[in-house]
Amino acid sequence: MPPAQPGTVSAADAAPHGGAVASPGRPGGSKERTVQLEVLRYNPDTDTEASFQRYAVVCPEEGVVLDALNEVKASVDPTLNYRWSCHMAVCGSCGMMINGEPKLACHAFLRDYAGVIRVEPLAHFPIERDLVTAPDDFMEKLKRVKPYLIPKESKPIDAGEYKQTPAQLMKFRQYSMCINCMLCYAACPEYGLTPRFIGPAALTLAHRYNQDSRDGGRKQRQEVAATHEGVWECTFVGACSEVCPAHVDPASALQQMKIASSVDWIVEHLIPGGNGS
Amino acid sequence: MSRNPLVREVSPTSWFFRHPRYLRYMSREITSIFVGAYCVLLVVAVQRLAAGREAWEGFLLALQGPASIAFHLLALVAAVYHAATWFNATQKAMPLQIGEEFLPGNVISGAHYVAWAVLSGGVLFLAGVI
Ligand code: SF4
Ligand code: FES
Repeated sequence: MPPAQPGTVSAADAAPHGGAVASPGRPGGSKERTVQLEVLRYNPDTDTEASFQRYAVVCPEEGVVLDALNEVKASVDPTLNYRWSCHMAVCGSCGMMINGEPKLACHAFLRDYAGVIRVEPLAHFPIERDLVTAPDDFMEKLKRVKPYLIPKESKPIDAGEYKQTPAQLMKFRQYSMCINCMLCYAACPEYGLTPRFIGPAALTLAHRYNQDSRDGGRKQRQEVAATHEGVWECTFVGACSEVCPAHVDPASALQQMKIASSVDWIVEHLIPGGNGS
Repeated sequence: MSRNPLVREVSPTSWFFRHPRYLRYMSREITSIFVGAYCVLLVVAVQRLAAGREAWEGFLLALQGPASIAFHLLALVAAVYHAATWFNATQKAMPLQIGEEFLPGNVISGAHYVAWAVLSGGVLFLAGVI
């Protein structure tokens, strides 16, 4: 990989910077524009720190930042590294900081950005290479909250399915929409400052299973969730819910968990005959 | 492939300048100082009251000074901001499910504002202001 260097690398056929040109080849004659990107680059084999590199590429106006990155990789610099898969805000792999905001690159529309677009790897995660971050810590935390059904009582398969009413489903449905994109971790200053914090998405997933009428694993999850590195590390900044592309609302889940954990404590310590007496 | 991930530190003293939403959060946290200071003032008031008429009247006189009035105005603004942001947040902390639907969040926050108005009215009534 060439060392990151200042200056703009652009596609040979780039239109004048910032200009919009009609593309006769595209259906509906949609407009194209020159997109300028400032991308944070890091090569683990040669670099000791990351530095910005400028690119200019021509993209359809209705495109997204991921399209611009793909254009850079295809026509300007094949060494640029980033993750993506679905291009439709479903797989959660293209999370990055776009102008300082955690975003899915496939969901960040170019029309919403003027001037140079600054693209950096997700904040609070170690940079593996260029825009690729190391999600190991998040994966580890996900495992710790036991994000799977722990049935209240197991029954043989021929006893039939565990049934659930629509109302029981609605109790947790929103929290099951997480796509593990980690944008909430990049937005959460608590996680940035105190990396041992289990963090928004993993705790929300614990809440999702706790709220499930078929589940009986809350006590086990509380051993991780109701601790100082669990929900009590959260100071309700609320940034997680603001950036979540799947409208999961982790801030809501965590505050509910705090209330439920407080009720547990009161029952245990202050009510005669509670579990603690 | 060798791994040599680059860890970036978060500054514990300036992180909140990174984004306006963090500044909003910090400004709310700072209002707690005024709310706390006002609580201390109330404790001092009780202590002065217990110390007798002279102490109490001296305390009342001190409250009328310009510094005290400025503090009260600031504390009022801080308390209102703190309370309003808290009421707005209650819909996240205590969503109410009725059947398959959830009560709209602004009904939950709105109920807190109504309770606030009623309680404030009650206090003002007891104080003989209304
Ligand atoms: S809670 Fe939202 S922001 Fe966080 S990982 Fe899940 S989908 Fe992404
Ligand atoms: S590429 Fe799948 S979420 Fe963006």
